[in-house]
Amino acid sequence: MNLILFTFIVLLGFTSYYFGRRKAYTIQSTKKRLTALPQFYGYYLAIWCAIPAFIIFSLWAIFEPTIVKLLILSDYSNQGYLDDELNLLYEKSKALSRGQFTGEITPFIEASAEKYLSLRSIAQSSKVVIVLSAIIASVAYAYKRISSNSRTREPVEKFLNAVLFTASLAAILTTVGIVFSLIFQTIDFFKVIPLFDFVFGTHWYPAKAFVRDSSEALDPTMYSDTFGAVPIFAGTFFIAFIAMCVAIPIGLMSGIYLAEYASTKVRQYAKPLIEILAGIPTVVYGFFAALTVGPFLKELGTSMGLEVSAESALAAGGVMGIMIIPFISSLSDDVITSVPQSLRDGSYAMGATKSETIKRVIFPAALPGIVGSILLGVSRAIGETMIVVMASGLAANLTLNPLESTSTITAQIVVILIGDQAFGDPKTQAAFALGMSLFLVTLCLNIVALRVVKKYREKYE
Amino acid sequence: MIKIRAKDVDVFYGKKQALFNISLDIEENQVTALIGPSGCGKSTFLRCLNRMNDVIDICSVKGEILINDFNINDKSCDVVRLREKIGMVFQKPNPFPKTLYENVSYGPTIHGMAQSKQEMDEIVETSLKKAALWEEVKDRLHEPGTGLSGGQQQRLCIARAISVRPEVILMDEPCSALDPIATAQIEELIDELKKEHTIIIVTHSMAQAARVSQNTGFFHLGQLIEHGSTDKIFKNPDNKKTQDYITGRFG
Repeated sequence: MNLILFTFIVLLGFTSYYFGRRKAYTIQSTKKRLTALPQFYGYYLAIWCAIPAFIIFSLWAIFEPTIVKLLILSDYSNQGYLDDELNLLYEKSKALSRGQFTGEITPFIEASAEKYLSLRSIAQSSKVVIVLSAIIASVAYAYKRISSNSRTREPVEKFLNAVLFTASLAAILTTVGIVFSLIFQTIDFFKVIPLFDFVFGTHWYPAKAFVRDSSEALDPTMYSDTFGAVPIFAGTFFIAFIAMCVAIPIGLMSGIYLAEYASTKVRQYAKPLIEILAGIPTVVYGFFAALTVGPFLKELGTSMGLEVSAESALAAGGVMGIMIIPFISSLSDDVITSVPQSLRDGSYAMGATKSETIKRVIFPAALPGIVGSILLGVSRAIGETMIVVMASGLAANLTLNPLESTSTITAQIVVILIGDQAFGDPKTQAAFALGMSLFLVTLCLNIVALRVVKKYREKYE
Repeated sequence: MIKIRAKDVDVFYGKKQALFNISLDIEENQVTALIGPSGCGKSTFLRCLNRMNDVIDICSVKGEILINDFNINDKSCDVVRLREKIGMVFQKPNPFPKTLYENVSYGPTIHGMAQSKQEMDEIVETSLKKAALWEEVKDRLHEPGTGLSGGQQQRLCIARAISVRPEVILMDEPCSALDPIATAQIEELIDELKKEHTIIIVTHSMAQAARVSQNTGFFHLGQLIEHGSTDKIFKNPDNKKTQDYITGRFG
């Protein structure tokens, strides 16, 4: 029903557009000059069709269920029911009206279900009537206005402005919402676990919290020495560091090769090939790390008399580095290519060789962009989850030995939130606290990146 | 005395021929102007003289260009040494995004011309003085070169070019992006520089060619139509095309 109505409104919109434009042509044929191009008249009418429909639809969606519920429950008022019981009654009659109710059907519920159905159909038909009459009224009003050749361009532009503003507002509000939910859960978490223990504790063992019997009262002392985040922060930065050790030199050098040395033909094939690396899902990298690189490193290490864990930070970090190569190479390639040719010419004309030109002129000029690409790579490395979960184990060891296994913030969030979770439990809230810390770290990184870029830009441009 | 002697130079961009059979002698310590309508090949010819066309993949140069009787198109020619001897100033000022000091010391550094910091300071100072920029910038040598005005930037580029004491300076429309006052300064500078350097300047302004040059070559559609002393070309050209161009009938 709603779909038919919606289609009909869309059709009405198109018709109003057509009428608006025709009106404009009529005005034009009387040798009067139009105040805007004919299609603006069309858009103007279509907007007058869309706005009332949209407003009524959204009001209906917000208020209809509440009003129906009130009307049904008014039968039961003054009979001494509790709020919860009333809600249950309402849900039961709703389910019955859809034929999904399986429990015992009492006459009361049956009567309510019938009433629910009749109310819904009344609501539905009144909605159709109201929407259509509102549209017709508003379009008629607008049509009358444009016949006097009034302004239509400005309202259309304003409408577009409002639509675009709403879209960006939605994006911002969502972000703010997510951040606030993180903040509140984090605050709850720190009510149970002292901030000091979280930031400076060196023992991360959330499994201890799993075994708690939920009927027991919450005992904060039980969690001491459970949520010390130092090992996983150390692990996160350690693995990111290994990844960047792989990604920065290879990415940067391949970027320079593509931008400065490669012939057009090589570049044409090599660049998309490198960018394919960026398109491989991280899960694939994950099992590549876990099933190929990890065991290979272990064998290699054993043959050299080293003790290597099958799930090592080196395997995860190395594969993560390979994953990040295309980001750095592709971005730095773009940045280097965008350094003006006149600077290259100037350097070559002084007798500089290619490598001198790159080292002394192009690289410094491209540095802000290169730093930006590297920091972007670091953010990726810190936020990467799948490879670590699969290849570096889940035990949060505090170690700086790349041959042992460590864990990261993201991997721990996965561990905590897999399976059943209870809200309001410190174990679940720990995930929010970790998410919050991750968010803060990435935020700081971005701020630093912006600062660095700005500083160099002032110096070089 | 002849400094540069071009013999039957052909230049191709891919399959398209841009220069046909150019033969031109350039006198030492004089200013030679290359004039002609846009796209006639005068800049291409200029870029042949320090092999800057090597940078363009599809460009190929045939024929002989003798500088001090040595053919620079020969395989044995060291491009780095060649460009040390032949400086170039471009149409748009292109200082490096570095400090003034680093801009001027760039050439001497890559050619290892200074043994000490003091020597380098001297080179920078003399170059800037010769480029008539020293007085304006001596207190801010360590500020970025891109912060200067257009005319100052172009003089900085000239200082950069003369820092390696080249024998020849190629100028590719050095004043086309500058205002009349900056142009006048550069022209004055060119007059001064020709005492020590051979200068070849590509220009769109016939007035400029008449003011600064002793010899002029007129290019049209990739061919050198006429060349000779500036006086003769401007007052009494042999070729009708030259006359038409000089008097502004086409171009």
